[in-house]
This record gives sequence, C-alpha cells and structure tokens, in this order.
Amino acid sequence: MAIWLDSNSKIIVQGMTGSEGTKHTRRMVASGAQVVGGVNAKKAGENVDGIPVFASVAEAMAETGANVSVLFVPPRFTKDAIDEAVDAAIPLAVVITEGVPVHDTAQAFQHSQNVGTTRIIGPNCPGIISPGQSNAGIIPADITKPGRIGLVSKSGTLTYQMMYELRDIGFSTCVGIGGDPIIGTTHIDCLEAFEADPETDAIVMIGEIGGDAEERAAAYIKENVTKPVVGYVAGFTAPEGKTMGHAGAIVSGSAGTAAAKQEALEAVGVKVGKTPSATAALMREIMTAR
Amino acid sequence: MDLYEYQAKHLFGKHGVPVTPGEVCTTGDAAHEATRKFGSPVVVKAQVKTGGRGKAGGVKLADSPDDALAKATAILGMDIKGHTVYKVLVTPAADIAEEYYVSFLLDRANRAFLAMASVEGGVEIEEVAATNPEALAKVRVDALEGCTPEKAREIVAAARFPEAIADQVADVLVRLWDVLVKEDATLVEVNPLVLTPTGEVLALDGKVTLDGNADFRHASHADFTDRENTDAIELRAKEFDLNYVKLHGEVGIIGNGAGLVMSTLDVVAYAGEEFGGIKPANFLDIGGGASAEVMANGLDIVLNDPEVKSCFVNVFGGITACDAVANGVLQALDMLEAKGVKLTKPIVARIDGNNAVEGRRILTEANHPLVELVETMDDAARCVAQLAAGK
Repeated sequence: MAIWLDSNSKIIVQGMTGSEGTKHTRRMVASGAQVVGGVNAKKAGENVDGIPVFASVAEAMAETGANVSVLFVPPRFTKDAIDEAVDAAIPLAVVITEGVPVHDTAQAFQHSQNVGTTRIIGPNCPGIISPGQSNAGIIPADITKPGRIGLVSKSGTLTYQMMYELRDIGFSTCVGIGGDPIIGTTHIDCLEAFEADPETDAIVMIGEIGGDAEERAAAYIKENVTKPVVGYVAGFTAPEGKTMGHAGAIVSGSAGTAAAKQEALEAVGVKVGKTPSATAALMREIMTAR
Repeated sequence: MDLYEYQAKHLFGKHGVPVTPGEVCTTGDAAHEATRKFGSPVVVKAQVKTGGRGKAGGVKLADSPDDALAKATAILGMDIKGHTVYKVLVTPAADIAEEYYVSFLLDRANRAFLAMASVEGGVEIEEVAATNPEALAKVRVDALEGCTPEKAREIVAAARFPEAIADQVADVLVRLWDVLVKEDATLVEVNPLVLTPTGEVLALDGKVTLDGNADFRHASHADFTDRENTDAIELRAKEFDLNYVKLHGEVGIIGNGAGLVMSTLDVVAYAGEEFGGIKPANFLDIGGGASAEVMANGLDIVLNDPEVKSCFVNVFGGITACDAVANGVLQALDMLEAKGVKLTKPIVARIDGNNAVEGRRILTEANHPLVELVETMDDAARCVAQLAAGK
C-alpha cells in the first residue's frame, strides 16, 4: 500500500521538456513509474519519448487521470507552477526545484492550505519513492527493494545512504521532505501516514540542524506513534550562524542544534544513531527481531 | 545573508520607514567630517553583525567633530565577539522619550510569518521574552494577506502601544512589511524603535536578513556582499559557485548533498577525538551530480587551505553512479596537476551506492599515490583523521 504513492499513481511532470525534467522523466519511466504526461504551455502537443505534453495541469489531469505532479520548474517560475497544480486540485505535488525564494514557498503553501486539496512535498527535495511501485522525483530506484520500513528525511543523499544500508530489508515508502525553511510536508505528516500504513512496520527519521521540526516530531511521536522509530540527526559539529548547504540548516542562538534534537527524540523513546551506519544497525535490530 | 545596520537602514529608507540620516565612515577623519556636516552631538556606532556591541564599547556619543574623530578611531579595528570593526556609522544623536521593539520574521513552525512587538524595547528582546513574555506580542501574519493596515493595528493593539502613536507605529509596521516582502527578507527587526520628545517615531537601529535564493530578482543586493569579513577561501569558493563554509580543523571535506556532508563533518570529528581532537576544516557540498569538473574545483579549494592536512572525499553514488564518480576523482586530480597545482596531501575516498564495486575497482587499479580507498564512512573517517594527525 505504501503512503501517498503506489502502483496506481499516474504522474505528470511540470517542466518535462527542460533538460533535468526530461532526464528524470526517463529515469522515472525506466523505474516502472506511470508517467502519463508533461506540462508546458509553449510546447503543448509535442511529446517526450511518446509522453504527451499538455498546455496546463488541468488539461493533463482531464486527459490522463493524473493524480501526482512532479515539478522541475526553474526557481523563478516555481511558485506559479505550484499554484497551477493546486488550482487544478491535484492530490500530490512534488517540488524538486532547489533555490526557490522562501516568500514564494510561503505564499504557495498558504494557497494550498486555502484551497485544501493538494499535498505539497518539498521544495528542494529528492521526491518520494515506493520501491517496486512508483517513483516521483529523482531518488534512484535501484538502491533498494520493496519492504516494510518507512523513511522520512530532510536530506537527499542521506536518504539514499540509508536506503542503501538497509537495502536487503527494503522500504515501503521513502520521502525526502527537503531542507528548506518552509516545506509542504513535514516529518510529522510522514509519521502520521506511516503510523496509519499497514504495510509499514517501523520508521527511520533523518533530521538535520535548524528549526525545531525534529523536536515537534518527538512530541508527536510521544502522543501518536506506536511503531518503532529510529532517528538520525546530522550537524553536531556545525557552528552557530553558518548555513550548511540547505537554506534551513542553520543554528541560530541556542535553537536548532543537533544535540537538542537528539535529546528531544531520545526523551520519547526514539533510538538515535550517532552515525548513519549506527542508525541503520539500530533499525536492522528492530526488523530482524520481528 | 545578514546585513549591517547601515545597509538595513538603507533598505528602511527606501521603503519609507523613518530613520535618522547617517554616514558610513572607515576613518576617524571621515567621522570628523560627517559630524561637522550633521552638527553635534552624534553617535558613532560600530558596524558588526553581532549583538551586544554597545556593551562591548562599540557605540559612543561624541559631542564635537574632534570627539567623533577620537571615538571613531578607537572603535575602528576593535574586535567585538570575533568580528573586526571596519566601518562605523555616524548619525545625529536622537532625543529619546520611549524605546520600543518591532519585527517581522519567518515562522518556520507555522509556515507563515510572525510579527513581534513590545513597548519594552532597547534591551535584548530574548531577555524580554524570557523574563516578561506578556510584554512581547506575537501575531501571525498570513503570507498571502500580508500586513494590511488592519493587521498593523491588531499588532499595535496586542503590544499595547499608547493610542497617541498607534497610527504612526501601524504605518511603520506596514512599511516594514514592505521591506520584508519587496526585498525578500526573512527577518526585519527594529530595536529600538524610538519615540522622540517631539512625537516622532524613528527606527534607531535595524537588522535585516536577506534570502539568498531571491538574489535573482534583486541585482542591487550584490552590493551587500561583505568582502572584508568573509574568509578568503570562502570568497574563492563562491567564484567557483561552490557551496563551501570554512571551519577550523585539519581534515578537508568534500561530499555530495548537504545532509551527507554535515554527517561527514560529525563522523570525522568523532573519529578525530581519538587523535588529539582532529576536526573537519570545512563544509563543501559539490551537489548530487558530483561531476569531474566540480570535483576538481572542490579539491583545488580544499587542498589549498593551509590548515588542511588530509582530505576526505565522501560520495554516495545515486544519480551519478560510482564508476563515474571514481573516474571524476581521477580526472580531477589530473586536471589539477595539468594546471600546475602541486598535490601533496593524502586523500581518503569513500564511494558507496550504485555501481560501488566498479567504482572501487577503478580507484584501486589507478593506484594513485595520494588516494586511499576505504570502504565504509566510519573507517574512512578514522583513516583520514589519523593521516591528519600525522600518525
């Protein structure tokens, strides 16, 4: 069953005709995902490897029954592209684009809340994959097999690393939620969905410095999550005031440190690994004991 | 990017937030001249991107041009919490009746914006928040609706500003919101916002943080780049368009993906404890793709850092498979040698992920004298820390 994305998902790609869009559309198709269309107002009627390009998200949905959009739209056009997906009421919009101004994200997110029908994942994220079923974004599909671990992570390559470490056990769904200060889907949203998913037995949660999303996730776990959760937090040695690659990864004052996040998670019974491999080992223990 | 006070006030002025005039000076003589122009008394203020400069002696009142010269000379070159003072702002001293606090900031938790306001300004607002939280009003501002005049009045009322100046403060808030949105800032803060004995409301100090992601629509923001207080290696990395942060340690770090690189810093620091406190020398994310050219630029930057004793290349082959990454590392070293860069520092490479076996075979067969291949991240971190320690 997985969460939000399964073998029935029909994907369209906003920005499919751009170089990144085309490259990753082909990768998604190769991994078995159903990519049913692309969107580009100026190139409507054309196709990419036989996949038709439509003038708008609404038209693409009407013609193909698409229920997921993946966005490879340049940063300056991303807000309008998200708004278009939201206005067409597509259930899931996965925003891969890196470098979107935070005011644009804030406005697009607010618009999605006002309309109330679209879940946004990202921006600045690798997307979502349900191994063996579907793949919406840029996560390599051949790292791991299907299984019963759920994964949520702010970081792309740490997502891949964790999938790789536990590739013999496999994953139900892996969600890269992105490292920006404002993101459409949070750790908590993913925890809630994994808790409700009968095909997920345990959850790996990867966080990093900045903000207090991990602390809030810890509070949520305490009240609402019965499945075992293993955590990892990157950035213990990051100095205050320096942005570490992700716009959201900055320690300001005493808030947002890795130590505070680890403490909050451990306080609610989440086992936190010191390194990615130690974290994978903790999950392996849980899964092999079942 | 955090701005200096004088830069923040420049943006305030541009959007009609009332500020006192000021002149940025880099010498005592310039401060003398500015004081002559404004008339005494003036305030001479160190321009540093850190709080508490007043307590550190970085803000002084001067009652004559000669006095301003002396005060500016004393302040210029001062070290305030590790920040060197290269500039002072000379501004006419305002008479102060009351000091307030107002700000707008990004509210990550609620994925909206937040207005904060207090009639107890002039002190560190964290202190007010901790000791007297009721004195600090917090009002959510919707990203689409923005700070309308009605919203501004709501903030003013929540903070209990005196009715006599409610309209003035509300007007300042609406203009300050303009600064936040039109300049793509994630923080605008005025502390203190003052009321003068003649009933004027003025922003006496200002703090602005700009969103670098929005630079494409603000060509003028390039002028705010702080060359003097930016590390020379960071400036060079910026020219290569690399995502680099200078730290202070012995192990150069290159990886792909921000999270993995942060994780690498941690793992190296843990391993370094065993060797007398060896630490990572930098953060460098060469991006998911990890191409040979970017790898070459990255190695160039990292190996040229005099603090670096050894270098850790930690790549997870996802989108780019490991064989391509391995070839990229070897090509990068060739490119550097062709450029005449003398390579002497040992490099420990860990490549994992797609096609890892083939990637490792390529590196093993190349048998480069400086490159050591280690299979896991933890073992590689230990190896590179040991090399940095000279053991």
